[in-house]
Amino acid sequence: MDWQGQKHSEFLMQILLVVFAVVAFAVGYAIESFQMMILIYASGVLLTALITVPNWPFFNRHPLKWLDPSEADR
Amino acid sequence: MHSFVYRLNTLVTFAAVLLAMLCAAASLLDAFNSPTVHAHAEVIKINRFRKQLSGNDEVSLALNISMDLRSLFTWNTKQVFIFLAAEYETSKNSLNQISLWDHIVPDKDHAKFQAQVANKYPLIDQGSNLHGKKVELALHWHVMPRTGRMIQDKMAVSSFYLPGTYT
Repeated sequence: MDWQGQKHSEFLMQILLVVFAVVAFAVGYAIESFQMMILIYASGVLLTALITVPNWPFFNRHPLKWLDPSEADR
Repeated sequence: MHSFVYRLNTLVTFAAVLLAMLCAAASLLDAFNSPTVHAHAEVIKINRFRKQLSGNDEVSLALNISMDLRSLFTWNTKQVFIFLAAEYETSKNSLNQISLWDHIVPDKDHAKFQAQVANKYPLIDQGSNLHGKKVELALHWHVMPRTGRMIQDKMAVSSFYLPGTYT
């Protein structure tokens, strides 16, 4: 990932986890099912992991410009 | 955010923190539940009142128990453990408590019932103090949550007198 991508990934991770936690609690409380709350939250965590943890190409849209090896040697 | 493992670690830690907050919130909401329990239990018959070889009094009873515990259940309740305790006073102890019968209520559907049972556990005294004794029955319940603090409470239901002589 590049620097921008890292920032996006971290932001996405935090937002997604919090949203899933809130939704899980609201749904679980509304239908009075503790199990449903846990299920929604667990699948949310898995989905967030899938989106933000691996090094996807859309996190690398601003790649770093490394110097050419020949330039660095000078 | 620098590597796969780093991001994975961050995610797992943050997810665990949020899970702890979810459980705390669920447990906290339980405090707003004000339950009303209806219960009654009485002794139908004293089956046996004898003195054991060890010198201790032993009583065997038939009980009629009925209760409605539905208001104790919330979405965060795993089960409710109830037991019927016989309480009496002796010269040695100001309070003797003996569990006569207990039961686990797994959900709201099983929370209202009536039963005629013999006591599961015999009423055995430490000594022989039970002649003509006044015994009070109290129903205790422990509400066990899925997450959080266990709530326990009790309610006096009835009292009876043991006979003055062995049967």
